Amino acid sequence: MTAETMPTKLVGQAIKRREDPQLITGQGSFLDDIKLPGMTHACVLRSPYAHAKIKSIDTSKAKAHPGVVAVFTGEDMLDLNPLPCAWQAGRVKNNVNTPRVLAVGEVHFVGDPVALVIAEDRYIARDACDLIEVEYEPLPVVVDAKKATEPGAPQLHENAPNNIVMEWEAGDKAKADAAIAAAEVVVREQIINQRLIPTPMETRGSIARYEPATGEFTLWTTSQAPHVMRLVLTAFVFGIPETKLRVISPNVGGGFGQKIFCYNDMAFTMWAARKIGRPVKFVEDRSENYKYSTHGRDHITDVELAGNRDGTITGLRVTTYANLGAYLSTIAPGIPTTLYGRIITGAYRIPAAYVKVYGVYTNTAMVDAYRGAGRPEASYLIERMVDRFAAEIGMDPAEVRRKNFIPPDAFPYDNGLGLLPYDSGNYEAALNKALEIVGYAEFRKQQEEARKQGKYLGIGISSYVEICGVAPSKWIGLPGEGWGAGLWESANVRVHLTGKVVVTTGSLPHGQGVETTFAQIVADELGVPYDDVVIEHSDTAGTPFGYGTYGSRSLAVGGMAVYRSVAKIKEKAKKIAAHMLEANPDDMVYENGRVYVKGSPDRFKTLAEIALQASVAYDLPEGMEPFLDETTYYDPPNCTFPFGTHIAIVEVDPDTGIVDLKRYVAVDDCGNVINPMIVDGQIHGGIAQGIAQALYERAVYDENGQLVTGTLMDYAVPAAHMLPPFETARTVTPSPVNPLGVKGAGEAGTIASAQAVMNAVIDALSPFGVKHMQMPATPENVWKAIRAAQAAS
Amino acid sequence: MIPAPFQYYAAKTVNEAIGLLQQHGEDAKLLAGGHSLLPALKLRLAQPAVLIDISRVSELKGITSNGDRLVIGAGSTYYEIARNEAVRAGCPVLAECVGQIGDIQVRNRGTIGGSLAHADPAADPPAVALALGATINVMGPNGARSIAADNMFVGMLTTALSSDEVITSVTFPILGKGEGAAYAKLRHPASRYAIVGVAAYVKFDNGTVSACRIGVTGAGSVAVRQPAAEAALVGTSGDDAAIAAAANAAGDGIDYLGDIHASAEYRQAMVKVFTRRALTEAVRRARG
Repeated sequence: MTAETMPTKLVGQAIKRREDPQLITGQGSFLDDIKLPGMTHACVLRSPYAHAKIKSIDTSKAKAHPGVVAVFTGEDMLDLNPLPCAWQAGRVKNNVNTPRVLAVGEVHFVGDPVALVIAEDRYIARDACDLIEVEYEPLPVVVDAKKATEPGAPQLHENAPNNIVMEWEAGDKAKADAAIAAAEVVVREQIINQRLIPTPMETRGSIARYEPATGEFTLWTTSQAPHVMRLVLTAFVFGIPETKLRVISPNVGGGFGQKIFCYNDMAFTMWAARKIGRPVKFVEDRSENYKYSTHGRDHITDVELAGNRDGTITGLRVTTYANLGAYLSTIAPGIPTTLYGRIITGAYRIPAAYVKVYGVYTNTAMVDAYRGAGRPEASYLIERMVDRFAAEIGMDPAEVRRKNFIPPDAFPYDNGLGLLPYDSGNYEAALNKALEIVGYAEFRKQQEEARKQGKYLGIGISSYVEICGVAPSKWIGLPGEGWGAGLWESANVRVHLTGKVVVTTGSLPHGQGVETTFAQIVADELGVPYDDVVIEHSDTAGTPFGYGTYGSRSLAVGGMAVYRSVAKIKEKAKKIAAHMLEANPDDMVYENGRVYVKGSPDRFKTLAEIALQASVAYDLPEGMEPFLDETTYYDPPNCTFPFGTHIAIVEVDPDTGIVDLKRYVAVDDCGNVINPMIVDGQIHGGIAQGIAQALYERAVYDENGQLVTGTLMDYAVPAAHMLPPFETARTVTPSPVNPLGVKGAGEAGTIASAQAVMNAVIDALSPFGVKHMQMPATPENVWKAIRAAQAAS
Repeated sequence: MIPAPFQYYAAKTVNEAIGLLQQHGEDAKLLAGGHSLLPALKLRLAQPAVLIDISRVSELKGITSNGDRLVIGAGSTYYEIARNEAVRAGCPVLAECVGQIGDIQVRNRGTIGGSLAHADPAADPPAVALALGATINVMGPNGARSIAADNMFVGMLTTALSSDEVITSVTFPILGKGEGAAYAKLRHPASRYAIVGVAAYVKFDNGTVSACRIGVTGAGSVAVRQPAAEAALVGTSGDDAAIAAAANAAGDGIDYLGDIHASAEYRQAMVKVFTRRALTEAVRRARG
């Protein structure tokens, strides 16, 4: 861009991502690109059984294999504590079972790590794993969360009778019971939100180096939260001073939540590096990522929605069995509770609602946050049931939504489920815009015509609301929702002697464009060229503590920390400029990178001049510290609540059950937009993942606990040609929670989309009498739903 | 996802490959495009001691047309076949079939010979080979021989090939006036193999169907012909009713597979649906 075409304001502009040139030219440095002198390679032997006692492990042949450096078992690492569960939400008390770094005595899912081989290269390490002899005594297996709670079910952990992690509830049971008893209409369903595997393009891994002279570790790991990993690994797993570990996240190839958590390889690479005196690298292959790294969703829910024939929804009662896997992952209990149960009524004013959630152990991989984390499950449930209710009373589903939306004048709105008040919203505006784009009335006519010709078109509406920027700490933390820490975010902003601006943040990008977005804000607020702003992140050495990037929080929380630090810089700059100009500090105006005396814009100092003055520091106001350097720890007063309406149009082939997704319209409201291109990108990717859940993806364990969908040959991640073009638009309802008016957009697409597609599929199938079917709507599932409905009628 | 150790030979000629096969016997596997073998190696489902790479054997390359036949080198990639002018003009169903296998990376590596030799129950090419009456030309220690497609596919991942034989080429007919063929497929969403794939060939003489061949893949443990459906169409006018009747007769003689993507019951129903679709298109093309 030339100086003339460069917009004066960058916020709101589709600036190309500064992260991309490096990444798209293959010059990024991902974990597996890192090679250290003397580095060894780790391979993990994993349990082939879903539940078994380990009778014996013989590592002698593996140890003797040429090129093997060492072989360890769980017994060797008893000095390490189990990995912690940091979010013991829902009154989890004496039944916490978290994974050990390597299993000791018993394995609880296929993929549970049993032994570790360290070798000169990865191939030798893998070959040596085959030489370890383990004697197992298989035990009974349960993989289904509801069955796991039934009498006689196999038991995973002695301290968790009936495999129950927690029984959590929200809302008013008596009111909900009464509303359902009194209602004109009650619709009931069992709704399954199937297990998914996040499948980041880059799998996970760790490299650890130990310096014996200082006792310091460096850990490179594929993490969305390096500061938290540093804290957890030192204070909880190793019991060493936090200062003895530096954690670096290199370029990270997608996270989707799976890379938030503390994993055993972070600990065993550190432990083994110290033991053998050489760096240790571990990188998962895809099969290991599928077996061991966290999965998402996996709810079985019985739901009843009550209402009147005029379309008013009067009550909602929900019982959910949330499968948390064999052990508790880092924040697992928080997902089906705070982030699901508390927003179960969605965008609607429902006077009586109650939700009960059972967290359950099963012989499967751990389940934790996956893009959307609880909100997709909640939104799917309520949006599916609103359609189900509309069909039952013969009312247009758009009309039922309109009738029950929380109106714009009701904000801040308390939904009665223990959430902080919804900040702002105009749900009907987003619905109307989406209906207009899709041509709703016209489509209904086409649909009717098509049915006469034996073609089955369907339309599905999803009006979602979600929770971003989860905070404040006093609500989410231990006394409140049980998260074992705060959820504030930090940023340091420095203006160097040359006028260049260096920002260090606890947030970090792995696809979100944090560097670009933050630089746009800083450049605008300070009035400096965009290229003069550098954003540093991802290394615990040199950045202030931050909780990391997930939960669509980096802009609404991390971005606000940057904004506040910039504001402090401007205040200090005004004082220095006043001193330089011999003016009253109260009369100074900061504008476009200059500070001038009010009423005399020609009497000014540029930020660069002020920064130089602050740096050389021989003439500053009395008592002022040198340098423009400000840090903020920002703890927001509330979460933000993005919303919108997505609409899908499908055609279903009744002979085969094939669903053709013909159109997809998304109207999202994430408050003010800093970079529309980045928001669109986030929405696109999110929609793809939600459509994937509706039509393609499901993780399947067989009754023996074997992961049937253990490779990409069976787990159907969609390719571009399996998705339609997305038609995106926005409404803008700024958040009152923060001065930028931003809400967050990282997960909205995923939260909104699965139910838009499923509502469309079920709408298309309504002539056959289909009222509900479970995801994914694969050809066979659709074909069977048609035949089952025909048989029933 | 790291294979067990193996010895690797890069053969330069077919005879060299045969010699290596004789030398190493059951321990050896031929490696062509590798798109079936390498995933099995990486998961250690297959652990051959010896790999004989035939991807650089020039005798296995090339596509020639000699009047009424296309001779396709076994080492031809799907991409090469799908883009070949003689194939597109003379046997378009073959180009269409291999042109939709997997994705562009797979089509750039995978070979027709490799697919037929591996006989994956869900691979696409066996269905077309059966429907078109292709001939598989092989070379072994005792010289060359030809195997009719009908005799090639014996069972799950099992063919009429001996362990010391190499497929050198595959002969397909060039379709003439009154002939038409089509391939219709229900695609697996992850692997993109066929959940059910049906290739159909019809020939008209004087407005009547004089020949019909149907090959089905994906549904069962091995690709098979559908004689009852074929017989039902021969002698008819090939109209919609005749096609429907023929499709309804399809589905017998298949050892149906069932998995999380499709039950045996569903596959059986889809064999009829896709037989109807393939026949409808084949008839449309035959009528020009």
